[in-house]
Amino acid sequence: MEVFCLGLSHQTADVATRERFAFAEHEIGVCSGELRRRPELGEALILSTCNRVELYAAAPDPAVGLDSIEAFLVARAALEPADRKFFYRRHGPGAVRHLFRVVSGLESMVLGETEILGQVKKAYSIAAESGATARHLNKLFQRAFNVAKEVRTRTNITRGPVSVGSVAVDLAEKIFGRLSTCRAMILGAGETSELTARALMSRGAHGIFVSNRSYERARVLAEESRGEAVGFEQWHECFDDIDILISSTSAPHMIVTPEKLGHAMRKRGNRPVFVIDLALPRDVDPAVNDLDGVYLYDLDALRDIAARSMSVRRQELAECERLIERHVDEFAGWLANGGAAPMLAQNSGAVRTAQAL
Amino acid sequence: MDDRLLLAASTFCFLLGFAYTMFALGTGRYQPSRFNFAAMAGGFAFQSCFLVQRGHALNACPLTNLFEVLIFLSWSIVLLYFVVGTTYRLSLLGVFTAPLAFMFQAFALIVPLDSPPGLRARHLAQPWLETHAAVSIIAYGAFALAGVAGVMYLIQERQLKTHHFRRLFFQLPPIADLAVAINRLILTGFILLTVGLLSGFAVRVEWGKVIWGVGVWLIYGGILQADKWRRVTPRRVAQLAVAAFSITLATLWGLNFINPAGSL
Repeated sequence: MEVFCLGLSHQTADVATRERFAFAEHEIGVCSGELRRRPELGEALILSTCNRVELYAAAPDPAVGLDSIEAFLVARAALEPADRKFFYRRHGPGAVRHLFRVVSGLESMVLGETEILGQVKKAYSIAAESGATARHLNKLFQRAFNVAKEVRTRTNITRGPVSVGSVAVDLAEKIFGRLSTCRAMILGAGETSELTARALMSRGAHGIFVSNRSYERARVLAEESRGEAVGFEQWHECFDDIDILISSTSAPHMIVTPEKLGHAMRKRGNRPVFVIDLALPRDVDPAVNDLDGVYLYDLDALRDIAARSMSVRRQELAECERLIERHVDEFAGWLANGGAAPMLAQNSGAVRTAQAL
Repeated sequence: MDDRLLLAASTFCFLLGFAYTMFALGTGRYQPSRFNFAAMAGGFAFQSCFLVQRGHALNACPLTNLFEVLIFLSWSIVLLYFVVGTTYRLSLLGVFTAPLAFMFQAFALIVPLDSPPGLRARHLAQPWLETHAAVSIIAYGAFALAGVAGVMYLIQERQLKTHHFRRLFFQLPPIADLAVAINRLILTGFILLTVGLLSGFAVRVEWGKVIWGVGVWLIYGGILQADKWRRVTPRRVAQLAVAAFSITLATLWGLNFINPAGSL
C-alpha cells in the first residue's frame, strides 16, 4: 500500500483556477466517501482551502490511484488536459514529505503560518467521520500533526509577526498585555488604519473612536466597527480614554506633536500609549517617542519588523526540513514494512486525537 | 551532611538553571521548561535544608551573621519567585532570579563571612527578635524581586522604544504586567518591613539599625506614594525599584561592616 496525493496550490494555479476545483465544506465528506468507494482507492481525504486543493489517498498502485483521482476531477469539475499543468502528483515519501511541509506551514503563502494546521485537522476529521480514511491515512495524518507541533516548538518558523496588522497587534500586547481593556482611536479613515484597527479588535480591543475630516466618513466607519465618531477638531479631547492611537490622515503637517502629547500624557496620569503612524507624509512628530510612556511606530518601522520576522523564519527553513526529513524516513520505513508497527488509533479515536491536538 | 555542602549544591543548582536558560535564549529556542523549574526547586530545597540544619545547630533563626543573612535573603527571593512567578505567569522571572540567588550564595561561600559560633549574636534566640529579623529579610527579598522585575521592565521598554528586538523580547512579559508586578512586590515588601520594624521596636534593637530600617521603609513608601499619585511614570518606578534595592544592599553591607557581630 502506498500513499499519494494530487493537488494544486497558490504556487501552481491562480485563484480562478483554484476556485474551479475547490470543495465546499459540506461536499468534502460526501466526495471523500465517493472517492473511497472507487475500487482503485483504499482510503481518501480532501483538503480544500483558499490556497490549495489536495486529494490524498492510499492504494496498492499509486499510478492507477492517481489516474482514478484525476478521473474523479474530470467528472466533478470538468478537468481538461490543459489544466494538468496546474496539478502536481506526489507519491510515496514525496507525498509524505509534501503533507508534512504543508501542515508545518512551509508551503503556505505566508511562511510558517499556523492556520493551515487547523484546516488540515478539520479536513481529516471530516474524512475520518465519513469513514473515508483507514490505517494508512490515519497514521499519516496523526504523524503530520505531531510533525507540525514539533516544527512549531523546536524551531522559530512561527516566530514574530509578518504583516503590518499583526506587528501592531503583537506590539500592543507587549505593551498592554491583554487587549480586552484597551481602547483605540483611528485618526483619518484610511484602508491600512481600518485593517489595523480590525486586527486589534479581533484580539479583544474595544471601544474604537473614529475621527476624520469628513465626519460622515468617520460615522460610517464607526458604525462598521461598533465604535464612536468624533469630530476632527475634538480628537484630542478623547485622548484620556484611549490606549492606542492609529493615525493616517492626509494632512500635510504633523498633527501629533510632543507639546500636545506631553500635556495630554500628564493629564492621563502617565498611562502608556501606543501610537501607530500610518500616514505619508507622517502625522506624528518622531520626537514624541522620547516622551515617557509613548511608543511610536511608523509604517517603515512596522514593515521593517515584519521583514525581520520573515527573515528569521526563512533562516529556520533548513532546520524545519531536517526535522521533517527524519519523520519522512520513519514513515517511509513504516510503509515499507507494510504498516507492521501498531496503529495509534482506530477511526473514532483518531478523530478525537486530531481534535485534541 | 556539612551545611556548606548543602549550600554549594544549592548554588550549583541556580548556576545550572541560569546557564541552561542563557544557552536556550542564545539559540533563540527558549521555552519555559521543567528543567528550569527543577533547577530552581532543587536550589530552594538545598537552601531550605541548609537553613533548617543551621537553625537546629544554633537553636535560633539562622540570621546571626552576614553569611546567614545573605543565604536567608537568597532563600526569600526564591520563595517569592515561586509565589509571584506562578501567580503572574512571569516564567522568565526565574531566569533573572537565579543569577541573583547564585551571586549572593557564591559571595557568601567565597568571602569569609561565616564567623565562628562563639562570636555570633546569641541574643537572637528571642521570639520577637527572630520575627523582626526573619520578616525584615523576607521584605528585602520582595524588594530584590521588585528590582529584578524592574530590570526586566527596563530591558523590555528599551526594546519597544528603539524598535530593536532581541530574542529576549519575545520571552519577556508585557511591560504592563511587569509594572503591576513591581508595584505589588514593593507593596508586599513594604507591609512586611512595617511588621518587621514594629516587632523590632518591641525588643529595642540597636538604634543605628532601626534608623537604617526606617530609611529603607521611607524610600519604598515614597515610591509607592509617588506611583499611587501618578507623579512618576512606570519606567521611573522600575528605575527606582532597581536603585532602591541597590542602595539597600550596599547599606546592609556597610552596616554589617560597622558591626559584624550583630544581626538585623
